[in-house]
Amino acid sequence: MDWSAVPGLTWESAYLGIVPALIGLVVSLPLGIACARWRWLYGPVLSATSVLYALPSLALFIVLIPYTGLTDTTVIIPLTLFSLCVLVPAVVDGMRSVPDPVRQAATAMGFGTLRRLVQVELPVAVPIVIAGLRVAMVSSISLASVGQLIGVSSLGYLIVDGYQRDFPTEIYVGGGLLIALALVCDLLLVLLRRALTPWRPRRARREVPEVLIGQPAPAFPRGAA
Amino acid sequence: MRFFSFAWNWIKQPQQWHGSEGIPVRILEQLYYTGLSLIIAALIAIPLGILIGHTGRGAVLVVNIANAWRAIPTLALLVLLTIWLGFSVLAWLTPLVVLGIPPILVNVYEGVAGVDPELRDAARGMGMTPWQQVRKVEVPVAMPLIVLGLRTGAIFVVATATIAAYIGLGGLGRYIIDGLAVNNYGEVAGGALFVVLLALAVQALFVGVRRAVVPKGLRQQGRTS
Repeated sequence: MDWSAVPGLTWESAYLGIVPALIGLVVSLPLGIACARWRWLYGPVLSATSVLYALPSLALFIVLIPYTGLTDTTVIIPLTLFSLCVLVPAVVDGMRSVPDPVRQAATAMGFGTLRRLVQVELPVAVPIVIAGLRVAMVSSISLASVGQLIGVSSLGYLIVDGYQRDFPTEIYVGGGLLIALALVCDLLLVLLRRALTPWRPRRARREVPEVLIGQPAPAFPRGAA
Repeated sequence: MRFFSFAWNWIKQPQQWHGSEGIPVRILEQLYYTGLSLIIAALIAIPLGILIGHTGRGAVLVVNIANAWRAIPTLALLVLLTIWLGFSVLAWLTPLVVLGIPPILVNVYEGVAGVDPELRDAARGMGMTPWQQVRKVEVPVAMPLIVLGLRTGAIFVVATATIAAYIGLGGLGRYIIDGLAVNNYGEVAGGALFVVLLALAVQALFVGVRRAVVPKGLRQQGRTS
C-alpha cells in the first residue's frame, strides 16, 4: 500500500481529535466554575449538553455543511459540543472536590477570589478535569474518522478507501493508527496530570470520577430530555 | 436556515413518503436495528453489571474495558466485519451490540456497587437471601443509573446505526449515504433531520422510562457526590 499519505492523515486525525477537546476545555472551565458556584445553573447546562450529546455525529456534520462547507470546522464544531457533556461535569466535580477547609485556609491567608481559584481550587481540581479531558480526547479522535464520510480527510480515509477497494490491510493500518493515536494522547494526558500534581502519590486510590461513568454526574436533569 | 429549507423541500415531496424506501419504512427500520441491538446489549450487560456490582469481583476490568472502548473507531469495526463476513446480520449487529454494552455495563455496575453499605446490612439483617437483596434493594436503588446506562447505550447505538448505512444497512442513514453519493444535499439534509428527531425522541423516551421505573423514594433526591 501507499504509505506516503499516512503521516499527513495521522496528523489530520490528531488535529481533528485534539482541537475539539481543547476548545471544549476552554469553554468548560468558565462554564463549569460558574455551575459549581451557582447551583441553579448546573441543571439547565447539563440538560443542554446531554441533549447535544445525544445527536449522532454524522447528522450534525450534515446540518453544518451549508454553513461551514466541507472543512475541518464542520467536524470540529460537533465534536466540541460532544466534549462539553463530559468536560463541564468534570470541571464541576473537580471544583466540588476541593475540601472546604482548604478553601477556608486560602481565604484566611488573604487570598482573593481569583487568586484562590487559580492557585488553590484549580490545581486541586486538575486530576478530575484531566480524567474528563482523557475521555473527551479519546472519543473525539475516534469520532473524527466518521468525518471521512462527508469527505473531511483523516485516518478515516484509509478505512473508507480500504473498504471501497476491498483491501483489508489499509483498514488495519487506519484503525490501528487511530487506536494508537488515542492511546498516545491518553498517555500524554496522564503524564501531564502527574507533572501538574506532583504532590499526589503515584498510585492513587482507586477512584472512578463521575465523568468516566458515561455521562454527567447528577446526570438526571429533571424536565428536559 | 438553509439546512432546514433543503430538508423541507425534500421532505415535502409526496414520493418520499411511500414505498419500501419511503420515510416511514426507514424510520421503522432504524427503530428495529436500534431496539434489537439495545435489547441484546442490555440482556448481556445488565445481569453482568449486577453480578459484578454485587460481588465486587472484576470491577477494575469493567472500568478499563469501558475506557478502552471509547478508542474503538466505529467505522473501522463496521467496515472490517463487512469485509470478513460479507454484508450480513452479524456484520452490523455485532458492532451495534458491542458498542452498546460498555455504557450499560459500567452504569449498572456503578449503580449496584454504590448502594449504601448500611442499606445492604439492613437487608441482610432482615433475613433477606442474596437474591432478595439484589432484587428488592440493590436493583431498585441502582435504577437511576441503570436507566442512564441504557440511555447512553441508546445514544451510541442510534449514532452507529446511522453510520452503518455506509456498509449497506437500511434505516435513515441510507438517505445520508445515498444522497452524498449523488450530491443530492436535499436528501442528505432530510435524512439528517429525521436522524436528529429520532435521537431526540429516544432521549425523551428514556426520560419517561426513568419516571416510570425509578422508585418513589429516590425521585426527589439529587445525587450528592
